[in-house]
Amino acid sequence: MNSDQNLIAIKNISVDFSFQENFLSKKQKIQAVKNVSLNIKKGSFVGLVGESGSGKTTLGRAILAANKISSGKVIFHDGDKDYDLTNISKQELKEYRKKAQLIFQDPYSALSPRMTVRDIIAEPLEVMKITNTREETDKRVREIASKCRLNLEHLRRYPHAFSGGQRQRISIARALVSNPKFIVADESVAALDVSIQADILNLLKSLRKELNLTYLFISHDLSVVAHVCDVVAVMYLGHIVEIAPSRELFKNPRHSYTKALLSSIPSIDPEKQSNAIELKGEIPSAMNPPSGCVFRTRCPNPTHDCKEGNIEMGLIEVNPGHWVDQCCVNCK
Amino acid sequence: MEAKIQNIHKDIKAKEAYFSATQFQLIYARFRSNRSAMIAGLFLLIMILLGVFADFISPYDPTIAGRDKDYEHGAPQIPLFWDDNGFSLRPFLYTLERYRGKDTNFRWVYTLNKEKEKRRYVYLFPKGWKHKALAFNVNLPGKKFDFKIPGFTFERHLFGIDSGGIHLFGTDKAGKDIFSRTLHAIYISLAVGTIGVFIAFVLALIIGGISGYFGGWIDGVMQMITDTVRVIPPIPLFMVLASFAPPEWSSETRFFFIACILGLIGWPTLARRVRTHLLSERSQEYVLAAKLCGASPSHIISRHLLPSFTSYIIVDLVISFPYMVLSETALSFIGLGLREPVNSLGVLLQNATRADVLLNYQWYFIPVIFFIVLVLSFVFVGDGLRDSADPYKVLKK
Amino acid sequence: MTDLLNIHNLKVEFDTDEGRILAVDNVILKLQEGQILGLVGESGSGKSVTAKSIMQLNAENAVYGDNSKIVLEGQDVLKFKENQDLKVIRGGKVSMIFQEPMASFAPAITIGDQMVELLLLHKKISKEKAKSTSIDMLDRVGIADADKRFKQYAFELSGGMRQRAMIAMALSTMPKLLLADEPTTALDVTIQAQVIDLIKDIVTEYKMGVIFITHDLSVIAQTVDYVAVMYLGTIVESGSVREIISNPKHPYTQGLIEALPDLNNLDKPLKPILGDIPSPLERPTGCVFHTRCKLFESGVCDNAVPPLSEYEKEHTVACFKVNNNE
Repeated sequence: MNSDQNLIAIKNISVDFSFQENFLSKKQKIQAVKNVSLNIKKGSFVGLVGESGSGKTTLGRAILAANKISSGKVIFHDGDKDYDLTNISKQELKEYRKKAQLIFQDPYSALSPRMTVRDIIAEPLEVMKITNTREETDKRVREIASKCRLNLEHLRRYPHAFSGGQRQRISIARALVSNPKFIVADESVAALDVSIQADILNLLKSLRKELNLTYLFISHDLSVVAHVCDVVAVMYLGHIVEIAPSRELFKNPRHSYTKALLSSIPSIDPEKQSNAIELKGEIPSAMNPPSGCVFRTRCPNPTHDCKEGNIEMGLIEVNPGHWVDQCCVNCK
Repeated sequence: MEAKIQNIHKDIKAKEAYFSATQFQLIYARFRSNRSAMIAGLFLLIMILLGVFADFISPYDPTIAGRDKDYEHGAPQIPLFWDDNGFSLRPFLYTLERYRGKDTNFRWVYTLNKEKEKRRYVYLFPKGWKHKALAFNVNLPGKKFDFKIPGFTFERHLFGIDSGGIHLFGTDKAGKDIFSRTLHAIYISLAVGTIGVFIAFVLALIIGGISGYFGGWIDGVMQMITDTVRVIPPIPLFMVLASFAPPEWSSETRFFFIACILGLIGWPTLARRVRTHLLSERSQEYVLAAKLCGASPSHIISRHLLPSFTSYIIVDLVISFPYMVLSETALSFIGLGLREPVNSLGVLLQNATRADVLLNYQWYFIPVIFFIVLVLSFVFVGDGLRDSADPYKVLKK
Repeated sequence: MTDLLNIHNLKVEFDTDEGRILAVDNVILKLQEGQILGLVGESGSGKSVTAKSIMQLNAENAVYGDNSKIVLEGQDVLKFKENQDLKVIRGGKVSMIFQEPMASFAPAITIGDQMVELLLLHKKISKEKAKSTSIDMLDRVGIADADKRFKQYAFELSGGMRQRAMIAMALSTMPKLLLADEPTTALDVTIQAQVIDLIKDIVTEYKMGVIFITHDLSVIAQTVDYVAVMYLGTIVESGSVREIISNPKHPYTQGLIEALPDLNNLDKPLKPILGDIPSPLERPTGCVFHTRCKLFESGVCDNAVPPLSEYEKEHTVACFKVNNNE
């Protein structure tokens, strides 16, 4: 992989949270993200799927330097300058913030209810001092708002006047106003109705072309991810278990978890009987994950070595661009 | 057709107004539809005006200087428009005549002279005792801090009578007009309440704000301080302070002191509310969005957090007011707060505890009605504000 | 066979500050025992309000239409006012499971205590019998170590297990009708599949009627026998699920299906339904969908409300354009 093409190179990062019940008890550590490596190419639409507890949100926020990265490296290549997020100065962080932004899941809590839409969209410009005068700010706000199909009267209103889909568009406009190169969309369509979902996804796709954006799209909804993303990474309990171009992943999943996930998606065709692979048991606690392959406790057909926890996790490239955790590679 | 288009335009305008309404406009609109709150608001406004313009409205100086020696323990005198002798546009009072002689055992006996010639007429805007506005004469401990602002002197009052006295609520033992004293008491209570609430509010904002915004161990420490202050028992505290306060302090200084102390022990409740609001708001996603732009804590607090709970804080302030007033009343009543000659409800009530007052001079209790109205109107306005406070929450009918 | 549930002309309005809001208008539904009826619609479609009306669980400011009737096993439950009668419906003959299982269990009482309490309210059995029935039920819904879980609190169970426990609790009183309001929306997709299978098994075993509410058409396709599509409080299309999905006639249903991502055809562009759902305060006149409909005809569609008429056997549509062309 040509390193010029990678916008973001994530190498073996872990994100730990320490947690203490009260200030007299012992500190406990939860590894929300463990030893994750992923390369995000410039201009691509990378999907990150996983269920609850997979660590996808934590990973997304860690890449935006909103969570502290406990180990590993994340490098953001921006043309001639590299930003190492694990070792970044205050000044560099300020610059990075202009280039990488986040779109939230819940359109209702992501917008400050007491600010007008114009102020909400203008805030990044004002805080990051991107524009100097009010006219410049207004011009830029109007420009980005029209790209998100918000018109002038909308700018004067407060968030309570808008529907979910419209609010999400305001969120998107806010994320784009600083002219970023990289956007993390954290479950950005999960709270929307299906008919609006399609609208927002189309908007994201067209904005990608128009503004040369790179996306990391976090979702639990595989069918949505399949349609919009080029590359998909599947996460389970803090680890990435499979990465593949989306068509390849859906046609030819190699990891048992991916297979189970795909089989669980209900089909719109009532004739098609569901043949969901049943995963036994519950997701293990993040405080006490299984040794070796974390999926072994629920894998439908583990080998003896898997069950014992002898096999360490690590991605192996089985086909060009298709990486699978070595536990499942050995199974075949 | 025209009317239909006009209606559509009006609808669109109304809708647009709703969409662009700031939170205060929404709160005000909601408050207006709450009838009991609006009526309470009206009463509150009247009370406040009575207090602020107490000097102008009261016909007599509420201190010893204005006492009416001829009419001690006097019953309330209500002006009449009509009596057997005919109607008069100007309200009038009967002349009171005193007589004492052997037949009455040398005790003063009052009789009313209902003759028309002896009527005394009420006038508007007569000249009366001098009163000052905006004059400050502060004597703080240490001569250096004393300062005096002369202010304006007025002589006019709202109403008066051509001869003798007019005592709408009667007089007390020394002949002081209870009506004037009541109005001044309202003023003093409002002033104590304002200063107390102001001090409590500033402290609560700072301590609750730091506690709520930063969380962690800072929060822990601040909460311990808050809880400590909250459990300080007010009565013993005031007993100690009362004994420490030097007697040479003027009544104004004393008044200021009491108000400050009330504020200094009243902030914990408010601080707790501020902290709770902040703790819940700061985990909202829009705060994270601002942080991801690199916004500084002061920007986040002023732009996002403070506006989100300004409405609640206003409600808290309005509701704390009556507590301050009642605390001061209670303290003054038991003698630990303000004392004669300062007028406050507590002081007025102190005089009312004697048996002969209870039996004979019931008009001493008229100020109580005023205070009940004052406190209740604060409470109702506060309730109404609280109901309208979150303009983005749907009201349940 | 008499209908288990028969809803006639259900109309529900809410008295709010902003006036009377029409939430559900003229809903007609029928359900037999052993059948699963799906109510599908997006936000504001009125599906939850419809279901809650059966148990009269709507907020106090709900106003039911004069002609509205909900007939459950021959009785009009909408007319019930006495607590005694309502008790029979709520939890007795009709049970409801909700989207957020954490919110349905009281956090400070064990699951077992809550289940036993429910049973004792509705059936005259001893406490021991109630306990054993509850544990049996927990086992039946697939919770391992049922007697251990019986003594646990809601927060000690995972999301999927809590939802199963809620299903167990709802079923323990052997209701005739189960209302499932978005039961799988908050669950991971792997758990969702299992819960759907569980509901289907139970329906066959206990011969209950189930009303399954969701916004997810794929879940509907896999779960229900009959489906009614709701938009802004009215039913726009209803019929057997095979018929509706393979041959949708109402433009809204067609739009919904087209907006879904299709795993078999990843290159197909996603087609949203243009426009936004109108706020309930601005209910369109005539056909509620006309503001976003590609078949809109002025004078026809905004003039009168199209009635739900039969297009084919087991397929009714409320659209002037569809029915006129027949």
